[in-house]
Amino acid sequence: MSVPASGMRPMRIIVCIKQVPKAQELQVDPVTQTLKRVGVPSEINPPDANALEIALTLKDRHAAEVVVLSMGPTSFDESLERAIAMGADRSVLLTDRILGGSDTVPTAYALSETIQKIGGYDLILTGEETTDASTGHVGPGIAGHLALPQITYVSEVQIVDGAVRARRTEDGTEWWQTKMPSLCTVNFGCNKPRSPTLTGKIRVKRGGVIAHWSCADVGIDPKKVGLFNSPTIVAKVDTIRLPPRAGRMFSGDARESVRALLDALIRDRVIVP
Amino acid sequence: MTDGHILEDKSHFHGVWVFLEGRAGQLRDVSTQLIGEGRRLADLRGTPLTGILPGHDVDALAREAIGYGLDRVIVVDDPILEIYRSRPFAEVMAQLIRRQKPEIVLFGASKNGRDLGGRLHAILETGLAADCVKFDIDPEGNLDMIRPSFGGKSLAHILCKKHRPQMASVRRNVFVAPPHNPDRRGEILHERVELSPEDVDATLLEFDEFTKEGGLRPEEADIVVSGGYGLGDPKNFQLLQALADRLGGAIAASRKAVDSGWVPKTLQVGQTGMTVRPKLYIAVGISGAVQHLAGMQESDKIVVINIDPKAPLFEIADYGIVGDLFEVVPELIRQLDALKGGEVGAQPTLPAEVR
Repeated sequence: MSVPASGMRPMRIIVCIKQVPKAQELQVDPVTQTLKRVGVPSEINPPDANALEIALTLKDRHAAEVVVLSMGPTSFDESLERAIAMGADRSVLLTDRILGGSDTVPTAYALSETIQKIGGYDLILTGEETTDASTGHVGPGIAGHLALPQITYVSEVQIVDGAVRARRTEDGTEWWQTKMPSLCTVNFGCNKPRSPTLTGKIRVKRGGVIAHWSCADVGIDPKKVGLFNSPTIVAKVDTIRLPPRAGRMFSGDARESVRALLDALIRDRVIVP
Repeated sequence: MTDGHILEDKSHFHGVWVFLEGRAGQLRDVSTQLIGEGRRLADLRGTPLTGILPGHDVDALAREAIGYGLDRVIVVDDPILEIYRSRPFAEVMAQLIRRQKPEIVLFGASKNGRDLGGRLHAILETGLAADCVKFDIDPEGNLDMIRPSFGGKSLAHILCKKHRPQMASVRRNVFVAPPHNPDRRGEILHERVELSPEDVDATLLEFDEFTKEGGLRPEEADIVVSGGYGLGDPKNFQLLQALADRLGGAIAASRKAVDSGWVPKTLQVGQTGMTVRPKLYIAVGISGAVQHLAGMQESDKIVVINIDPKAPLFEIADYGIVGDLFEVVPELIRQLDALKGGEVGAQPTLPAEVR
């Protein structure tokens, strides 16, 4: 980590990541209609990897320390180590049994408390949502807890004269500016996350790059986290029985297949000849 | 910075609220769609349906919204609210909710709606369910918030039993907008919320609105032709565009095609993209990850074109063609042109000799 000549303290960027089952590997068992989860490898939640890439790009351009934060079981070390190997400076895993079953309210609370414990932050980045729960609530929730400015769904972040500028898309391209500290959530797929480097891997091997903190270490109120302190519960899960589809397959000669398809679509009145 | 209270007596909470989003003097269609579903829930609960409209000079919009089925609209008018900003909008919603205690608050799952809901639920410390596709009222009077869980192959029933309000977001095109009745009467109430210049903590420097040049949007089209990784090259989307043009449809793409940088993210169908439910969805070279299914499985008819007979998307196809898309799609275009060219009559069955 380089220190700027002016003697100013380097910017501190905290990137919140989650470890999720690899999305592309998930398939539905056509017989049981359930997800095949067994043996599915894990990865950094892809939008979080895009957020990390933005942080590392900022670190390349400015003096910055990148701290990666996650909350979950110690198996999440795998993703934190990858983040370090990619170029993050250090990482914190908030890990505690009492956090199990937390919905987005306690999660945003616990992460906010941990961010305050890390302290000295200028910018917080998260992915737009996770691919396993896909709520997108935790990033804005952290900003709400910490009363920070938030810019969500951004694809690019610049630091200009101590201010954050971020490109967002909704009905068009928007460039927003806000002060630091602030929080941005990052669009999935807005960049190509870099690969781990050899030096990064060596840093991981040397150890000491992940701090494990419990709720007590951070000062998190046990009455505000976990399944029983979450406002929402999953009462039940139904397997979707999709409406029956005709399932007619055509193969062989393209001309014959296409003719049979158009014939069927015209009969169904989906297209009008 | 949060309310910090654990539970309030939930019997003090009444009424169904819908957060209304305006854009360029119009209601977003997700807002009109929400009014329809909100009406049904309010009737089930025997309570009024209220639209919440923070903005500036929005009374005309409020009047228009009533026509979709609201009993009243609460307008908070402030120049600060002219464009959507997270902090002042969250501040307005939090204050109104504390004052009036609604039992249900619904948001559109637009980016702004999610931005707002996410911040607000942490401030109020109450439950928020994202991307709901269905609602019910359970026997205890709780809102049963039903949303796709991982990849959209199952539906999770989310309950928020002890906290109020119960909040949920809904994506565009999940519900159908009710017909507009310009004669419907409803109240427009103006509420004041003190906002200070410090609440404007972010400045919009530049705004380039998307133009309609890109053609019909997939969410608006009756027919969607969607391409995946099997296209192999971004220029092959021109082939899909040619097919979409013949059908009066729009093109879309799978995450993998977007991820490869072939087409913009704004065309992505699926869990991290958009949800479409056209009359006809033609998937070309898309194998069918569960995340893709989540965005298109409610289409009326699904046609799958893929060279791999084991592509999972065939499982939900009405019609499938196993074959090389570079043969099948041009042939489809040729035969559609032949149909249009009047070589065939309007008979329901095609004659044997179509060229």
